This record gives sequence, structure tokens and C-alpha cells, in this order.
Amino acid sequence: MSLYEITSFVLSIISASTPLLLAASGELITEKSGVLNLGVEGMMLIGAIAGFATAHATGNAMLGVGASAFAGAAIAMIFAVLTLSLLANQIATGLALTIFGHGFAALLGAGYVGIAAPTLQKLAFPGLSQIPFFGPVLFDQNFLIYFSFAVLFGIWWFLRKTHAGLILRAVGDSHDAAHAMGYPVLPIRYAAIAFGGAMAGIAGAYLSLYYSPLWSQDLAAGRGWIALALVVFSAWRPFWLLAGAYLFGGITYMSLYLQGLGVPIPSPLISALPYAGTVVVLVLISRDRRRTRLNQPACLGKSFHAVA
Amino acid sequence: MFRLEPRGERSAFWTFSSPVLAVLLTIITMGVIFAVMGAPPLTGIETFLISPLLTVSGLSSLAVRAAPLIMIGVGLAFCYRANVWNIGGDGQFTLGALAGAGLALFFPNEAFWWFYPVVLIAGVLGGMFWAGIVAVLKLRFNANEILTSLMLVYIAQLVLVWLVTGPWRDPQGFGFPQSAMFSAGATTPNIFGTTMHLGCILAPLIAIAIWQIMGRSVLGFQLRVVGQAPRAARYAGFSNAKLTWIALLVSGGLSGLAGIIEVTGPIGQLTTTITPGYGFTAVIVAFLGRLHPIGVIFAGLLLALSYLGGDAAQINLNLPNAITGIFQGVLLFYLLGADILILYRLKRVRPVVKATVLTPEPAE
Amino acid sequence: MTTINRRKLTQILGGAALAAPAIMRAARADAPLKVGFVYLGPVGDFGWTYQHDVGRKAAQAALGSAVVTSYVENVPEAPECQAVFENLAASGHKLIFGTSFGYMNYMVKVAGQYPGIKFEHCTGYKNAPNLATYDIRFYQGRYVQGVIAGKMSKAGLAGYVGSVPVPEVVQGMDAFLLGMQSVNPKAKLKFIMIDSWYDPGKEGDAAKALIDQGCDIITQHTDSPSPLQVCASRGIKGFGESTDMVSFAPTTELTANVNEWGGYYTQRIKDVIAGTWTPSNTWGGFDTGMLKMAPFRNMPADVAAVATAKVADITSGKNKIFTGPLTDQTGKVFLASGTTMDDGTLSGLQTLVAGIQGQLS
Repeated sequence: MSLYEITSFVLSIISASTPLLLAASGELITEKSGVLNLGVEGMMLIGAIAGFATAHATGNAMLGVGASAFAGAAIAMIFAVLTLSLLANQIATGLALTIFGHGFAALLGAGYVGIAAPTLQKLAFPGLSQIPFFGPVLFDQNFLIYFSFAVLFGIWWFLRKTHAGLILRAVGDSHDAAHAMGYPVLPIRYAAIAFGGAMAGIAGAYLSLYYSPLWSQDLAAGRGWIALALVVFSAWRPFWLLAGAYLFGGITYMSLYLQGLGVPIPSPLISALPYAGTVVVLVLISRDRRRTRLNQPACLGKSFHAVA
Repeated sequence: MFRLEPRGERSAFWTFSSPVLAVLLTIITMGVIFAVMGAPPLTGIETFLISPLLTVSGLSSLAVRAAPLIMIGVGLAFCYRANVWNIGGDGQFTLGALAGAGLALFFPNEAFWWFYPVVLIAGVLGGMFWAGIVAVLKLRFNANEILTSLMLVYIAQLVLVWLVTGPWRDPQGFGFPQSAMFSAGATTPNIFGTTMHLGCILAPLIAIAIWQIMGRSVLGFQLRVVGQAPRAARYAGFSNAKLTWIALLVSGGLSGLAGIIEVTGPIGQLTTTITPGYGFTAVIVAFLGRLHPIGVIFAGLLLALSYLGGDAAQINLNLPNAITGIFQGVLLFYLLGADILILYRLKRVRPVVKATVLTPEPAE
Repeated sequence: MTTINRRKLTQILGGAALAAPAIMRAARADAPLKVGFVYLGPVGDFGWTYQHDVGRKAAQAALGSAVVTSYVENVPEAPECQAVFENLAASGHKLIFGTSFGYMNYMVKVAGQYPGIKFEHCTGYKNAPNLATYDIRFYQGRYVQGVIAGKMSKAGLAGYVGSVPVPEVVQGMDAFLLGMQSVNPKAKLKFIMIDSWYDPGKEGDAAKALIDQGCDIITQHTDSPSPLQVCASRGIKGFGESTDMVSFAPTTELTANVNEWGGYYTQRIKDVIAGTWTPSNTWGGFDTGMLKMAPFRNMPADVAAVATAKVADITSGKNKIFTGPLTDQTGKVFLASGTTMDDGTLSGLQTLVAGIQGQLS
């Protein structure tokens, strides 16, 4: 393969993996705070249509991205109120959010099918982007791809190096202990859920404004569920999230690419690999109960009943 | 300001009324949505909730749509009572369909009367197998069953696509991604010439059976204790492992049964899309039915009605078919919100006024 | 349709749904004929379903107050669709069009239940006394696309974003390459099947993979403008599908197959009104106006002239495209010299011509 073909291949993988990385980064923070939000797919779709409609109305794709973050966070608030203040079951509420988000986005988007909108442009670093291979890959991408790297690094730094991150992890590991120590469990979880919603919304905007820049009601095509799998696959560790996102995005692209080369492996089986891989990872990280406690937030999915 | 104050015990009134309140709030919200979209609210509600019930074909369509939801939902309710959060119903549905269909495809000329029940049993075993994987991973490796069962849904779907586009594709089917049609010996019979099929009778019967097991048997009792008070269950010697297995196998088996009935009945063959998300909708059905099998029957009928209502709203009022998803999501949101009233009461809190009084302030 | 018309339609259809038996008893010969359309996707998909709806509107406009049309969109190819067909049949619609292959078995069932109602199934192959089938010879347009591709492609390698390996797609790939080879005998074709008719993300990825593997012209059998958008971003020319997608790729779309259903729909509705409807099997093309090419753009004038001439040849029947000798990928001649493939074989075609890289599996 020539350098051009390899560069092109890597660019395609990065492009396919970025929405997964964005959505999973947000869900990682949400889950680290102890909340399991299954509504990622719904939030992505709401963000996608909000971003698309805003970009179409204003002519500016970046405004669309901002709108998508806001919309994703807003709809996540329904989930937050129900699960945090009204103590509803997180699984059922998350599923309801997915179904509602899908329907609501379809409703909002009904007038936008088959319409073109402004798309995200590439931002090239002058000079640097001319370097063979590394130039286009690292220095000639659109804003959201740079943003996804920045967010990932920011999450890692937040969780590992800041006091606030430590409190977040404490809330996720033992909300009763955190509460006893005086930390505001519910506001922290509200913020974490809002962040998760915003990131999922931005991932949706990436899809509707760059990746396949149009609106259709099944635009997310299950990526929200893949993002959920990714968070588990990464054992709730940010840099493994990066690796996992590129692996998942890469495998999907690879299965199509291999078909073009004439390789006779059935593409559905290749597509099943990321999910099987997630199960394997889940087994590996869970079997050692000590190791599990280091990474999986112990209170994941449990409602917090304040014992005043 | 309002504050939530624990009641200390479950309110019987709200246990029955919160679903009613949720349905009422949903109807009002749907009316508002209809008005915003340009359809007269009352006509919209009538079209959505009443019109599908007015014809015989509408009622049988209702039963056909509700049957898999009820069957899977009852299994999930059983499972959730034991605090085992199986959300892989769709995957178990698919594996059940594959297992039974595989048998039907390998013996396309079987004419024995007992072939059909054997196909059904194969379906049940297929679903049990898939849920059994979740059980092994949970009990042996401590892996979270929510995540494993979810991953297995995707793997099951992709295995189906592989089989239907590859080894099991109909050689007479011009390359279309579907299997051969199943023979008459492996087809779910219809009832009295309507579109209703065997599953429509089995589903409520199974619900009643599970209801009896949960309410009156030792097993049911153990299951409920394990779900609500795991420590007490341990002291009482109930085997958590055994009950987890039973919970998953029962829900997996019922999902598999729903799957095989669906492909041998309404569909008649294997295609790439044999479930429109029944497994996930059934989670909502289980919650709407408050994890009680009889409640699940009603909840299943209501959600099936919402699908038919969405179709009717499309044909008659030119509304988009997203209406159904919105109805289901809104209904569940209201129900989950209203449920808080079972355990907590709303108390008005007056701002504390500092005054010079001799009595000490109440301890807070 | 304006809002006011919709309200009237609402009242007519809403009342009809509630009083179906009464309506059927009271139906008189001069009441407007109710015609229903069942769509797989949304009418705004700017592709397959959009063109069907354009056809529906054309028929409505041509027949005016003699007919009242309605549609249901986003109906999946699954048991749920049966209730939709039954609903339409029970609410007074006398002619019902199902516009996707996967409705076939369900339409057969419903047609059996309602022998007095006429059904038409697009791209299907099962007929009944009240079930007709209709389809377009899409491959004719693909041949023309291939001719253009042969002239425009420097690498001589075209990429085909395919859906599922069914005869219609095989016809498309074969015809495209035959067209390309009529201009450049060394031309080759690569394809990727994405196992779906509409999935913008996957379609775009498949286009990228094909381009990454050296294809310098892309065509598609799938329904979204996504592959064209990928082409635009890579500076590569391509073809749209089902409808003119130039608004998504103004400088890279060469042309597209455009499905024109309006004439057929108008004729069939007239047949029902006149009582002359038969359960026929229609496979129209350029000659009956069911298939048109989008305007030839972004190409030199002489290429456009060649393409126009080819359209004329096919329309007149001078070029039947699938005439021997045709060689398959192993080198065996599967259609003898001088013979033309008959429609029966053509509609079950699963053989790829030489020059196509890859297996159908």
C-alpha cells in the first residue's frame, strides 16, 4: 500500500471513531459518578437534529455544535430529575430516554430530511499539515476531532489529578460515604449527567454536520449503544477509551474495506468482534473483585437515598 | 418549597393510582402535542387510542402485537423481581428464533404432528442458552449482567444477519437476505381464520402461570426475598446462584419462545429484522406492569395499542410515525416520576422564621 | 397538498376509519376513488420514497377530484406492515401500492383477505388475481452511467456501493461495467455490499473504502446522498440514485437514475376507474418513460452527446444491453453470441460479468 492509501485509510478510521469517542467520553464521566445512563442513543439524535437545524438556520456549523451540546444536556436533565430527585430506576429511565429521544428527534427533524446544511470545515495548521502522513492525520482535521482529543485528555487529567475528580470518583464508588463527608452527591451527579448529555449531543452533531452530513431519523444507527459498550470495554479508563474507540470504529470500517479487497470473511461476523471483545474485557476486569473495585464505580446504577 | 418525605411504608393507594395518573398525564401531553402539530387534540387522541379498537381486525392486530411484548415482559418481570437486570430480551428472542428455525430448515419435510411443539421447545432452549451465558458470566466472573446481556443482543443480531445472508439463505430466493419459508408443519397456527395466532393465547396463560408461581410457590417467595433483601435471603439459606439461574433461564426461555412463535407465525421465515426492539419495549412493559404478570398483560396491550395508534394517526391525520415513540417515552417518564409518590409524600415546607421563642428548635 | 386539503382529507378518512362497513355499503360509482400508498422510508428521504411520492402527487394532479390519495411512511418490511395494509383496505381504499420488496408475503396475505381491493407490489415477483407487480429496468440507466464512467475515469476502475446481492443489483453492476467496457474494454469494477438500502454512515464508509482502494469514479445502488458527499470531499466524480442529488454535490454529480412513477400510477388508477385493471407484471424503462436520466452535468459536451445517443439506442430497442457474448468471471461464456437474455433469466440474474472484482458469496 502506498503512503497515500495508508494515510487515507487512517483518516477514514479516525473519522468513523470520533463520534464514538465523544459520546463515550461523556458517558464515562456520568458512570464514574455512579449513574448508568442508557439513553445515549436518544441524546445523540436530539443533539444531531438540534445541531443540524441550528446550522441550517444560521449558516454556521459551529453554532450548530453549540446548540447540540445544549440540547443534549437539556434532554439529559429529564433523566437526571427522574433518577436523582424522583429516585426512578436508572435502567428503565435510560431506555425511556432512548425511545423518547428517538421519537422526539424524528418529530423535530421531519422537515429537515433531504436538505443540505453547512458542514464542519477542516482546520489546517499551516505548514504542519503538509508533513506526509502526520500532516493530514494530526494537523488537518475538523474542529471536533481536535476537540475529542482535548476532551479525552481533559477527562484523564480531571479524574486523576484534580480534587474535584477525586470527589466525583468518591461519589461513584460510595455515595453514602461521600455524603457523610459532606460532599453534595446529587449536584455532582446532575453535573455529570449534564456533561454526558452534552457530549452525546456533540457526537450527534458530528454525525449530522460532518460524517454523513444530512438528517435522517436513524442517523445514530446504534452508535449510542456502542458508546456504552466502549465505556465498559475501556474499564472506565480514559486512554483505554481512546484505544477502544479506534478499535470499534476501525473494525466497522475494516469489515467494509476487506469486502472491497475480496476477502471472504462474512462482514457481520467481523462486525460482531467489538461486542464479543467487550464481553471478554468485562469478564477479565470483573473476575478479580479487588481489581474491579479499582475501576468499576461500585455504585453504578444504584439510586442514592439520602439518609438525613 | 416542596420536600419529599419518606412515608415509611408503601402507599397502597398510590401503587394502584400512579399508573392511572401517568396515563392521564400522558393523554393530556399527547393532546398538546397533537394541537401543536396541527391536528385537533380530541380527534388525535381518539384516533390514537380508540380507533384501533373499533374493528375486529384492529383487535386481532392488537393481540398479535401484544403477544410477544407480554411474553417477554412477564419473563423480565420475573427476572427483575430477583434483582437480576436482564436487558438482553432481544438477543434471547433472536436465539430462540434461530434455534427453532434451524430445526425447521433442516427438516423441511417433517409432517409429524409433534414437529411443531419440538420446534417451539427448541426455541425455548435457544433463548435459555443465550440467557445462560449471562448467568455464567455473572456468577462465575462477577460480570455485570446489564452490560453482558446488552452486548449479547448485538452479537445475536449479527449472527442472525450472517446466517440469513450466508449459510441459511434461501437458494430459491434470488439472493434476497432471507431464509426459505417454513413448511406447514413448522408454522404457528392461526385462530379461527383471524390474524391472531397461538402466541396470543399462550401469552396470557403464561402470565397467569408466572403469577401463580411468583405469588404462591416457595420458589416465588425465595425469588422475591432475594430481590428485595439479599442479606436476609442469605441468612435464610436461599441459594443466590440457583435463583439467579432460574430467573435468567425463565426470562430467556420466554423470550426465546416469543421469538420462535414470531418467526414461525407472522413472519414465516428468517429475515434480517425479526424484532423491532421487542426486548427493549418489553422492559418498559415490565415496568409499566409494575413487575406483576397481570399488570404486564395490561401494559403489553397498552403499548401494542400505541403502535397501532401511531399507524392510524399516520393514515388518518398525516402525523409522522414518531408519535408512537413519543407516547411510549412520555408514558414511562410520567410513570417513573409518579412512582415516587408510593414511597414518599410531598410536604410543603414553610421557610423557617427566626423568632424569639423559648421552645427549642426541632431537631433536623 | 395544502393544509386545508389535509383537513378535509382528515375528516373524510377519519370518518371512514370509524365507519368502514357503512362506507363500503354506501360507496357509489361516482365517489372519488381512494388510493393508498405504503412507503418504506420517509417521503423526505430525497431518494427512493421521495420519487414514489412525486409520482403519487403527479397522479393526483392529473386526475384531480376523481381520486383521493393518501400514504403511510416509514413502514418496515416486517409483520407490522400487514396491519397497515389491512387498515388501508378496511378504510375504503380500492387500490393500494406497496413500494418495497419486503412487503411481498404480507401483501399476498392481505390481498387474499380482501379480494375486492386491488394491490400493486413494486419490485416483487408474486402475483394474484388482485395483485399486480411493477418495476423499472434500472439497469438501462446504469449502462448509460457506465458509458459516461468509461469516458471520465482515468484509472479505469469504478466503485459500486451495493446494498444486497439480489438480481436487481447484479443487473446494475453488470450493466454498468458493460457500458464502461463499451468505451474502455479494460475497465474494471469493485463493489462493496453494505447489507442495507439506506444507511448514510455505512454508505459513506463504503465509498471511502472504494476510493481508498483506487476507484476514481463511484456509483451507488443505495439511497442516501452520502457516497456523493464523500466523492465531493475527495474531488471524485460520482452518480446519484433514484433522484437528482445535485444539491448535495453540485460539482461532482455526473447524472443519476431518476425513477418516474407518476405516469404508471396515473394509468393504473385510470384502469381501476374504467374497470380495465389487470394483475399485470410491468417492467418499464426508458421506452415507457418510467426511467429518466438526470441532466448530464460536470462532463465535457462530447461525453454528454455520447450518453444521450446511448439513451436513444436503448429507448428504440437497438441496444438491449444483455446481448451475447457475455463472459463471467471465470471466463466462461454464459450468454451465447447474438442471443438476448430473456426477462425471466434477467430477473433472477446472479452472474457477475468478467471484470468485476469480488464474489457475491
